[in-house]
Amino acid sequence: MAKLHFSLVAPERELFSADVDQVDAPGAEGDFGVLPNHAPFMTTLREGRVTVRDGSTVKLFDIQGGFADVGPDGFTILAEHAVEVAS
Amino acid sequence: MASLKEMRNRISSVKATQKITKAMQMVAAAKLRRSQDAAEAARPYARRLASVIANLATGVSGDGAPALLAGTGRDDRHLVVVAAADRGLAGGFTSSIVRAARAHIDGLIAQGKDVKIVCVGKKVTAQLKRPYGDKVVDNFDLSSYRQLTLSVAQPIADVVTKLYEAGETDVVTLFYSRFKSVVQQVPTALQLIPAVVEGGEPASGPAAVYEYEPSEEAILETLLPRNLTVQILSALLDNMAGFYASQMTAMDNATRNAGDMIKRYTLEYNRSRQAQITKELIEIISGAEAV
Repeated sequence: MAKLHFSLVAPERELFSADVDQVDAPGAEGDFGVLPNHAPFMTTLREGRVTVRDGSTVKLFDIQGGFADVGPDGFTILAEHAVEVAS
Repeated sequence: MASLKEMRNRISSVKATQKITKAMQMVAAAKLRRSQDAAEAARPYARRLASVIANLATGVSGDGAPALLAGTGRDDRHLVVVAAADRGLAGGFTSSIVRAARAHIDGLIAQGKDVKIVCVGKKVTAQLKRPYGDKVVDNFDLSSYRQLTLSVAQPIADVVTKLYEAGETDVVTLFYSRFKSVVQQVPTALQLIPAVVEGGEPASGPAAVYEYEPSEEAILETLLPRNLTVQILSALLDNMAGFYASQMTAMDNATRNAGDMIKRYTLEYNRSRQAQITKELIEIISGAEAV
């Protein structure tokens, strides 16, 4: 099955970068999920939780504001602040 | 000719100085590694943001473009942000940035443009207040921050945006030192406003039709101020790494010079000590002969 390349980047460093199955993120106009081969899409983000699923593993990040860019080469979140939360 | 005691004092004082410069060199080396890592780690964010903006900007160029991108259409009033070190003892680090900035400022003044200056770093303020006292509109002292984060760069970006939005300036240029390597830091001018969109081709070709939420303009509107802050932050991080690199080099030189000095003084000291012993011997022998 196709994978989605997802990276989560904060100003200080890159928190996550790998191929995953699904990512849910809090968009400014509503939460959304991104699967592999998503149509190109760009949005601002509000404060909330990003869920990254890969197989049976789930990773959670809390972000504060930022920006999401879904392109043909993957999904990138540029967050203003981001911390990983123990799931 | 200095007395033996004077020379002994001088040697021990140079030795003490050498110890200090040696310690400073080692501290700088350790901090250099940390700040270099910080500068590296911040790069992906800045790069991605720049490429996203480049992508967006090609779409909204024209009348609807936000002011930060389009500029005011004039080029009469310039704001120059000069960022360098808060501390000294780093060789010509601050001076080389200030020199580049002064050349730029003098060029603008010669063209009859209006120039304003924002200083970032205590040493910069000291060096620019003298020649351009009335042009310095604001200055920042970053020495109290232990770590450079977005919240450090934010107030600088705020001042820049405020001046720009108030119509006080048309073009904003940032001077900082780009960290090329440990031995090479290049004073660099970076135009902040109007934003320079790097000619990087859209990663996916123009065919990618993006959906935007909210509108393209609204996204660009929020991204551009952030990009400004991020650009300032990465300049500050580069500066930090460059500062420690040049402090390390400067202190290494100082340690070596102190070593040379100690060698020279010790030689001189031993010579005059021996000369004195010989003189005393001659006096004793000739005294004994006379008896």
